[in-house]
Amino acid sequence: MAIDARPLRQQPRVRAIEPTAFAGVFAREITLFRRSWMSSTFGAIVEPTINLIAFGFGLGALVSMVQGIPYIQFVGTGTVATAVLFSSVFAGMFDTYVKRYYQKTYDGILATPVDVPELFIAEATWIAVKAGIYGCAPLGIAMLFGLPPSWGMLAIPFIGFLTGLGFAFMGQWFSGIVPSIDSFTYVQSALITPLFLLAGIFFPLTGLPQWVSTAAEFNPLYHCVSLVRHAVFGWEPVNDLGHVCALIAFAVLMALGSIRILRIKLID
Amino acid sequence: MSETSSTALALSLTNVVKTFGETRAVDGLNLDVPVGICMGLLGPNGAGKSTTMRMLTGQAVADSGTIRVLDYDIPRESKQARASMGVVPQRENLDEELTCRQNLTVWATLLRVARRDRDDAVDRALASAQLVDRADSKASTLSGGMRRRLLIARALVHEPSLVLLDEPTVGLDPQIRGDIWTLIDHLRSTGVTVLMSTHYIEEAERLCDDVAVVSHGRVIAQGNPSALVSEHAGTEALECYGTPDRLAQISTRAEELGFPTRKTGPSVSVLRAESLPLHVITEFGESIRRPANLEDVFVLLTGERLES
Repeated sequence: MAIDARPLRQQPRVRAIEPTAFAGVFAREITLFRRSWMSSTFGAIVEPTINLIAFGFGLGALVSMVQGIPYIQFVGTGTVATAVLFSSVFAGMFDTYVKRYYQKTYDGILATPVDVPELFIAEATWIAVKAGIYGCAPLGIAMLFGLPPSWGMLAIPFIGFLTGLGFAFMGQWFSGIVPSIDSFTYVQSALITPLFLLAGIFFPLTGLPQWVSTAAEFNPLYHCVSLVRHAVFGWEPVNDLGHVCALIAFAVLMALGSIRILRIKLID
Repeated sequence: MSETSSTALALSLTNVVKTFGETRAVDGLNLDVPVGICMGLLGPNGAGKSTTMRMLTGQAVADSGTIRVLDYDIPRESKQARASMGVVPQRENLDEELTCRQNLTVWATLLRVARRDRDDAVDRALASAQLVDRADSKASTLSGGMRRRLLIARALVHEPSLVLLDEPTVGLDPQIRGDIWTLIDHLRSTGVTVLMSTHYIEEAERLCDDVAVVSHGRVIAQGNPSALVSEHAGTEALECYGTPDRLAQISTRAEELGFPTRKTGPSVSVLRAESLPLHVITEFGESIRRPANLEDVFVLLTGERLES
């Protein structure tokens, strides 16, 4: 047998990513979800809905139209991004941290034929599937308040999925970086809240200083909001291709960060 | 390694080193475990047992050395090896909100039991863990012993050829420990290779065909428990009682006569006592004879105690 002189850490693993391993982790998530779907769905849908109703009627009384759209419909389409963000980034952060640090779930799974990339890609994918579905809830509420149905709405779950995938990976990444679970407060205040407020969910960014619009280009949630509005009110093919590419780039970058940090945390 | 020896070994570690910062957790460890035996890794906390276990599953990567498990190179082919291994962790990590059956089904899927065989595999695992009556109870409602049995059953659901048990009875009360021993003993009788880390002497003596005594990340002795005891500590020990000064005198006197001694709580044990002259035993005063054990061997070889 030829001797591989490289240090063990640098030797490649055989078949790094396998659908079977992915499916095993995914199936586990589905089994767990069957037990907890009511509470997790309640949380993921009710908060954005309250946002929608509060802002839609509260501010809607002062501002009837924004960019030619009734304000409640403007907020209704924007709140899709809120539902996607909340249901993905927090699941990525808290669930991953708890399973890794407190429950030692990953130590168990990584002793089965599942590797780190398969584990976290599968978990993020499951979070993204849920985010895609939960993202439709505000749209349904907005339709009750007069948002006209359109074929483009069929794209909303996919936009939610793609956005949710990136934010799920981002949450996983942060779960590996923070020194303790309390540190998520910093992430929430310093990062998530600005992302949430500067995405064009509640007000258009066009009236703000130029630097805000430039910064928004780097906010994945802004791309999600833009895509959702275009899906509902009319596509802008070139711009929308750019938004999709931005969301794909975001998801890939976050996936690389997540897998790298969690491999360091889980493999000694 | 020759072809013949590699097929006869379930796992093999050669000159394995693993450091964490300045600490050498595993320091040139060599261990061969033949197929079909129950091997105990015996050592105190911090001896490197858990790190060794994690290296066998690819969850820790050695700095140097060679590891082969079920004829796979680790960590390069660790995924293939893991498909044929069952791992029982020291710390419970059951899915608390799932029932016993769901826990086992999830693991059967992760361990790649074919869909058509999955229900049978789960039923078999439930039966082996004596949890058929609690199949539909949530894991969070089980007693400590049931939880540990479920944890073991989960690792056996795919009928692995190698099972790693990391301190399987740590923290359990004696009654439950007995139940777990029965389960492991049954496993051993089915021809599965078992590698079990423990710092309980009785566990190693009762369950293991061979033990490897581990200290400071190295295997310092290996063999059948009774052979190890008789080789290093004879057949009997004389436990002598008295004041600290008196015990010090007994130690000195025994060592002068060529008999090894060790402290055992409030007493001093003189080893190889079967050869002690009767007048010396009388001279030592209050004492009791007991069979020599693996702890005697361990202390003799390392100067450390096993059970705290």
